[in-house]
Amino acid sequence: MLDLRKPAGWFFGALGVLLTATGLMAQFTAPLLDMNLNLYFGIFSIVFGGIFLWLSRRA
Amino acid sequence: MSLHLIDYVVLVLYFGFVLGIGWFLRKNVSSSSDFLTSSHSLPLWITSLAFLAANMGALEMIGMCGSGAKYGMMTSHFYWIGAIPAMLFVGVFMMPFYYGSKARSVPEYLKLRFDEKTRGFNALTFAVMTILASGISMYALGILLQSIFGWSFTLSVLASAGIVLAYTYLGGLSSAIYNEVLQFFLIVVGFAPLAILSVQKAGGWSGISQRLQPAMTSSWRYVAEPGQNPMNVEWFGLIMGLGFVLSFGYWCTNYLVVQRAMAARSMTDARNTPVVGAFPKMIIPFVVIVPGVAAAALAAMGSGYALPTKNGGPDYDKVLFSLMGQFYPSGMLGVGLTALVASFMSGMAGNVTAFNTVWTYDIYQGYIRKHAPDSHYLWMGRMATVFGTAFSVAAAYLAQSFNNMMDYLQLIFGFVNAPLFATFLLGMFWKRTTGHGAFAGLVTGTAAALTTFGLTTAEGKGGFLGVIHEFRSAMAQNFWVAINAWLVCMAVSVVVSLMTKPKQDSELVGLVYGVTPHQAEESVWYRRPATLALVAAFICVLLNFVFF
Repeated sequence: MLDLRKPAGWFFGALGVLLTATGLMAQFTAPLLDMNLNLYFGIFSIVFGGIFLWLSRRA
Repeated sequence: MSLHLIDYVVLVLYFGFVLGIGWFLRKNVSSSSDFLTSSHSLPLWITSLAFLAANMGALEMIGMCGSGAKYGMMTSHFYWIGAIPAMLFVGVFMMPFYYGSKARSVPEYLKLRFDEKTRGFNALTFAVMTILASGISMYALGILLQSIFGWSFTLSVLASAGIVLAYTYLGGLSSAIYNEVLQFFLIVVGFAPLAILSVQKAGGWSGISQRLQPAMTSSWRYVAEPGQNPMNVEWFGLIMGLGFVLSFGYWCTNYLVVQRAMAARSMTDARNTPVVGAFPKMIIPFVVIVPGVAAAALAAMGSGYALPTKNGGPDYDKVLFSLMGQFYPSGMLGVGLTALVASFMSGMAGNVTAFNTVWTYDIYQGYIRKHAPDSHYLWMGRMATVFGTAFSVAAAYLAQSFNNMMDYLQLIFGFVNAPLFATFLLGMFWKRTTGHGAFAGLVTGTAAALTTFGLTTAEGKGGFLGVIHEFRSAMAQNFWVAINAWLVCMAVSVVVSLMTKPKQDSELVGLVYGVTPHQAEESVWYRRPATLALVAAFICVLLNFVFF
């Protein structure tokens, strides 16, 4: 059976890459926000996805 | 809230994965039990997160955030009192009978334990309720997509129904469960930044406490008198109504959630499913309620943020969106919106997969065609997925035409669900309970709920039979409707059972406590359901004290 950690890992990894790129290239803002949320979230999501993939390789 | 290409890309990426998971899992479906019940094949971490996620629909996300802004930390009662004790109870005490009885569904357990009519009553009401619930979910999603993306209601409903149908038709229950878990991670990860940013902006928890009434930041201190707290409820109604009847009625007897635990690989895993799920469940209030509380504080501190309004008063249902608009830039906004859309869809998929099982095993196999080959039931399960989704779409349009339908339906769910827990409690723990007793209890309990509602009034609701009491809030009224339904069901079941002939002990092995041999204990402590439940209960009590 499909190991859910694989698609979850790839999804959050891809999401992270997209948002990191957005954070680096675009200047989207929000009224009460004073940081580059897309960039930080993107990096977090890459790590989060990476943990899933690492766990699925260990199993 | 203005959207850019990246927000749509995130949405498309997610649904690409959702459909991909369904596509990969289709190879695992070769029998009706693979399709409808996952053939006891899923690991514990997946079943326990699905157990949570099946219940965590987008309506809950939006509603809980709004309640956070309206009622403050008292909203946490819906988790710490209204869910955790029941989840621990179903895992430790009831799952041995659900899983051990070899029943494939909750109604089927009722057939084995009691009789055909009790099962029929439960199967039919459950089938109707799941379709309506799924329709309401679809309706709310249609409205959301319409207001945010500007899509037409019909396109929104048909597109979301199409995606849900595609992945549940392909992979069955496993596919629905996998996607629930993926959605769970997306919700938590996608909304945690909102909680952190909003609390930080409001000056941390101390800043929030300074700006709001003390009743908004405590969960227990003001529940002695209904007039003192924002929910206008009193402690007895809260603990008995929400914490006992409503919550146990939902978590312990609703097949939608129990089905997730029954998909686990072993008895221990099935019992641990709700217990392990209780740990993340305790943390959810920090992701969904706290931003709402922070929103109330932000509005009070003149930070430029104001609560959204409707007809001159605050519109609490829009608090979550207004916070997202204030804190999320394009990109992150796409993540948040995708998480909401995803949770709507997995809510629908949950209902559809519970419906198709109850339809196929309890109604079709039970009453229409009893002895067909398994391949026929697999085909019927797939067909039920199709027409279950079609009925949901119809229900969504019904909800669109009758504005108040959602309120009434929630009420009806309460009427049917509240007495059920009394039936299961007696059925599982008192071997003397008979089928006639259970059935009579269920019917009179439901009638008692209706009567209580008809004789009392709150916020202009109820009272169609005359008013003998007025509650300070509709919530208090709901709690008491549930309490009365439960008491009447309990009393009538006991009396009728004592007057009718019980089943032999030999027929009740595996179904009732006391005549079922105990399961051997796991050798390591952290695999034992009772030990884990004690740890969870301790943390839950601690949380209640911290936010007392």
